[in-house]
This record gives sequence, structure tokens and C-alpha cells, in this order.
Amino acid sequence: MPLLKDGKLVDDGWLQLDDDAVLPEAGAVVVSLARWQQDRDHLIARTGPVGVRLTADQTPGLIRADLDELALVALEFPAFTNGRAYSYARLLHRYGFAGEIRAVGNVLRDQYWNMQRCGFNALEIEAGETEADWVATVTHYSAPYQVAHDPALPVMSLRERRMAAAAQG
Amino acid sequence: MYRYDEFDRSFVNERVAEFRGQVARRMSGEMSEEEFRPLRLMNGLYLQLHAYMLRVAIPYGTFSSVQMRKLAHIARTYDRGYGHFTTRQNIQFNWPKLEQVPVLLAELADVEMHAIQTSGNCIRNVTADPYAGAVADEVDDSRIWAEIVRQWSTLHPEFTYLGRKFKIAVSASDFDRAVIRFHDIGLIIKRNEAGEIGFQVWVGGGLGRTPMIAKVFNEFVPQEDLLSYLEAVLRVYNMYGRRDNKYKARIKILVHETGLEELRAQVDAEWQEIRNSSLKVPDYEIERIRSYFAPPPFEKLDAVDRGFEIKKFENPEFARWVNGNVVAHRQPGYKIVNISLKPEGLPPGDVTADQMEELADLAETYSFDEIRATHEQNLVFAHVKQSELFELWQELGEIGLAMPNIGKVTDMIACPGLDYCALANARAIPLAQRISRRYADLDKQFDLGELKLKISGCINACGHHHVGHIGLLGVDRRGEEYYQITLGGSGAEDAAIGSIIGPAFSSADVVDAIESVISLYVELRDDNERFLDTYRRVGTAPFKSRLYPEKLDAAA
Repeated sequence: MPLLKDGKLVDDGWLQLDDDAVLPEAGAVVVSLARWQQDRDHLIARTGPVGVRLTADQTPGLIRADLDELALVALEFPAFTNGRAYSYARLLHRYGFAGEIRAVGNVLRDQYWNMQRCGFNALEIEAGETEADWVATVTHYSAPYQVAHDPALPVMSLRERRMAAAAQG
Repeated sequence: MYRYDEFDRSFVNERVAEFRGQVARRMSGEMSEEEFRPLRLMNGLYLQLHAYMLRVAIPYGTFSSVQMRKLAHIARTYDRGYGHFTTRQNIQFNWPKLEQVPVLLAELADVEMHAIQTSGNCIRNVTADPYAGAVADEVDDSRIWAEIVRQWSTLHPEFTYLGRKFKIAVSASDFDRAVIRFHDIGLIIKRNEAGEIGFQVWVGGGLGRTPMIAKVFNEFVPQEDLLSYLEAVLRVYNMYGRRDNKYKARIKILVHETGLEELRAQVDAEWQEIRNSSLKVPDYEIERIRSYFAPPPFEKLDAVDRGFEIKKFENPEFARWVNGNVVAHRQPGYKIVNISLKPEGLPPGDVTADQMEELADLAETYSFDEIRATHEQNLVFAHVKQSELFELWQELGEIGLAMPNIGKVTDMIACPGLDYCALANARAIPLAQRISRRYADLDKQFDLGELKLKISGCINACGHHHVGHIGLLGVDRRGEEYYQITLGGSGAEDAAIGSIIGPAFSSADVVDAIESVISLYVELRDDNERFLDTYRRVGTAPFKSRLYPEKLDAAA
């Protein structure tokens, strides 16, 4: 599945490991929460980074204590209309997680701006869509109305700047 | 009223452009209907029984004459010459064509209007007290805070794909004119002992299949913390609200299943994490928005106007309209005028394009160019000189909008029902028309006093039947339209959910049944007692035995 990372189509270097698959000796793997909880020590001891995939019913609070051991958290969208993972991404950032936050599942470009604003930095997308299709959807708006995770200044701050500039003449 | 600055203007234009692209992708087949549906809904576009319906936002119900004229133009150009004001202080157009919607939205954007978040599982268009800025009993102008909430909630990246719709209303008075207690979040502006503004926050109200009265989550959230508190509630709801069943997905169910204390603790814990963040509303922004809602340039007038008193004395019809539709204003010499959109025998809330244009002119002449839409599907001119009430009344009469029935039995809320809506079991508008004709006698209506009758065509309760003093719910019985009667509901500060009184009545019998209920009230009432108060005093038993005498016979 193509991977869009920081706005660029890139090769996905991560192996999605099924719960019953043999763990390779090295290389980057993403495992389910269940497998993480079961094989935690083993996964940490081996060579290569580890990621955990959370379903929409699994909050990041469940892996909060483990975040230092993880390089990636994949958050599932079982349907694009199920928006729980937007909040999960916000929480992961608040927990101090600095690794990759990846949107997986029913990920569509009309939600890209929301995902970017909530702090997703990688998305698994449908084959056949171009980088340009995706990037176009995050350039619709010159400024958002509210603060989120992204550095975009909300309208309120832009107004303040303009007023300050006007006051200085 | 609020005016767009460059940021608001470009945002709305950008939204039109984005939606134009989405419509084009849908029409070319690049996007499936399944993918398009949530996108069009959160831009107010429904697919109904016969056609698309576009719901245009009127944030907190306040709009201008210029905007009203544009709505008239849209009614003529894209609809069949009318629009329908809804319980969400919005207006709906029932016949637009999909390919025309982007152009229609661009026309709306020209007058600072849009259809953002008037539907969909997102934070809906914010509503407020229609008397804001005019009534004496308010702590602050609720529109200021509704506007702050509007901006924060507009295309909120985290809360656009919630489990279900999310409605926020703002009020500032002990008198609830905004159905605060039946919103997902209801905000009542309060002032603490230090004179600071804050919000009593009600969470988890709603109608629909499982009506619930909201609970107080916080007695006083200071004004600068409003957005962080809202964000905490929304985040907890977004993460933990049910998504397995759309009928159990509203926050009211989360409150019910989690328990008030536990959910409040979760919200508080989240709030403490984000309270001291950039979500704080800065004073300059509050003051900037407040300045838009500064009082209009009122004249200094005496509280009593001799000419007005004489007109009332000379003209009983005018006096009756004043008595029924006009309420006190905090500025001496001014009044708040309710304009009933419930003329005898016509669909509640409908206004023709011609009437819209006349109303725009009248608002310009008599009410500082400002109009309010109410959740009861009426309009308000908030600032009318009492010396000009007679002229306004005459002009309203010429366009058929001088009906003096505000708060009376014929001032019904009715959902669009089976005439338009794909969800309905039964028609609501024709029933409203029959009741309206049955109670056409104004003397009779005034004798009955305040009586809130509300009709929903299905259990989704868009017609607010649960909170009607008398509520009517359309049900399908083997393909026939039947109506279940509930009694004793209230959407006001004395909030209550009506009780089902017994088996449903056929369409042919239901108007007689309502008349039986009302006649019994007249027999039982104490002096000046409202229907609701009589019902509360005597209970359901007398009404049951009047409506279902055969059951008594069977029991005897």
C-alpha cells in the first residue's frame, strides 16, 4: 500500500506483522496491541524499531508507558467516518511521542487536512492516487479557525498580529 | 451584528471552492455516493424524498436585510419561491439541483453566509437566545459567545467525524428561550460574585428516540476557559462515545451509561491538561467580537408613548397583536417584536420570496436592519420603537404576517414530515394545518393562553414533540398514518419530557383527540393556569379517562 509521509510518496520500510507470523530477527515491524503486550520484552530486545497498531477501540493510554520503546504508532480508521483516531493522535503528541503517527485503514484525501492538523505524519493511501491529489486537499484554506497540533496560526492570532502591526503604524 | 473580516471572507470562499471540487468529483463518478454523503451533509446538503435539500446556516439566528434579500433570490432562482425556517434557527431550501449547489453557495458567500456544519456528525451551527441584546433579563449578549464557539468549531480538525451530531446552544438568562437543556452542550452565561462572566455548562441533553434532559457538568467555567472546557468534553465524547449503533451514539447516551460523576471526572481530568494552553480565549478577541454586538444607536425615548397607547385603545386587533407578539425591551421606548410564521392553515416556518423581500425592507425601516430566526420557527425584530409598532403591524398585515398567535396553540413547531423527509412515518405539515384551522378563532386561542404544541413525523423528533405541552408523534401503523399524543413536556427552564398518554390516534381522529385534551384542560384549570401547569397539578389520569373512555368501561 502506498505510503504518504510528510506529503511525499515514499517506500514503506515497515513490515506489518500478523499476530501468528514469525518475528524476523531484524527490521522494522508493526504489531498489534495484543502482540505487543504478549511479546513486549522480546520485541524490545531484538534489533530494529517496533511500532504498535491500535484499533479505533484502543486508546493510546494503553501504550502510554511504552512510548519510549516505540518508533511508530499506527491508528486505524475502520471507516473514514469513525474519527476517534483524530483525538488519539492529539493525545500521543501530548504524551510526548515523537515517532511516526500513521493513519491506516479507510484513509481518504478529503480528510488529509484534518489528519495533518491533528498530528498524523504518515498515511497509508489507495494505489493510483498521486502526491498532487493529496497535497491539493491541504492547501484549500489560508488559515484555520482554531489551534490544533499543527503550527498553522489560527485566524485569532493572525488578527492579533494585524492589530499589533496597525498599532505600530 | 457580526461582520466578516478578511479572514472569515476568505475562509467561506475557500469552503465553496473545496465543495465545488467535491461535487465535480461526485458528478464525474470519481467519488462514490458513500464517500460523498458525509462530505455533502457537513455542508448542509441532504438527499430527501423528492430532491436535495440545502440547509443554510444562520449562526445563532441573527441575520441582516441584505442576507434576507439574498435568501429571497435563492428561493426564486434555485427553489420554488419559498424557504423554510427550522428549529435550528436555520433556513432550508427544498428543491436545489446538485450541480447548482456550488453556485448557490458562492452567492451565499457574497453576503457572508454558508451551509457549513448545518448537518453531519460534527459540531452543528450554534444557536442562541433570539432576544439577545434586547431583553432585560440577560447577563450578557449570548451571540458574542455563540460567535466565539462558531469560529472554534468551524471545520475543527479533530471533531469533524464524531459518532453523531453535536449541538451547542448559548443563553444568558434564567428564562430559557434556546432549549438549553436539550442540547448536547447547553451554555448559560452567569456572573459570579466578583462580577466575572462564566458559563454554567449543561451536557447530554437531546430529543430523538431517547429524550434526555442535560445535566449540569460545571457550575461556572470562567470565560477565558470556555474553549478548553468545550474541547475537553468533545475529546472525551469523540474517544468514548458509542459508534456501534447510531441511535446510541449521542453524548446523552455516554452520560447515561458512564454515569454523571464518572464522565464529569473524565472531562475535568482532560480539561486540567489543556486548560492553560493556547485555547485560552484572549481578551482582545472577546472585545473585538463584543464590539460587533454593541447596542444599535437607540434614541432616548420615554417609556410610555401616548400615540401607541391610543392606537391600542382604538384598535383592538392591534392591541391583541401587541399583547400576543410584542415583549418588553430593556431600552425605554423600544419593544421586541415576534413575527409569527404560522398564519392560519399554512405550513409552519414557510416564507415566500416576496415575503422575505418585504421583511428585509421592514427590518431596515423598523429594526436597525437586523432579523432573528427563533427555534420555534418564527422571526424576531429585536429593536422596534413602540411609536412605530402600529405602522409595522399594518405592513406585516399586508404580507399576511401579522398573526398574533405567538406561544398559542396554533404557533406550532412541525417538522417537514412525510411531505419532504425520507425518514418520516407520517405527515406533519397537513396535521398542523388542520389544527390551525380548528383553532382559527383568536378569542379561543387567547382564552387558552400559552400552549406549546409540537409535531414530529417520526421518532427522530425534529419537531420537538417530547417537549411540547402537547406533543404529537407520527407513527406508521400497517401503512396508515397514526399519531401518538404526549403531554406535559417543556423545552424551557422548567424542562420536562412529555409522557405518552395512550394508544395512537388515526389521522382522522387525532384533531378531535387534541380538542378533547384541550377541552378537559379548560374544565380543570384554575384561574389563569397554563395548560402545562394544570397537567402537572392533575396528572395524566383525567386526560387518559377522557381520551380512552372505553378502557374505563372495560375496567368497570
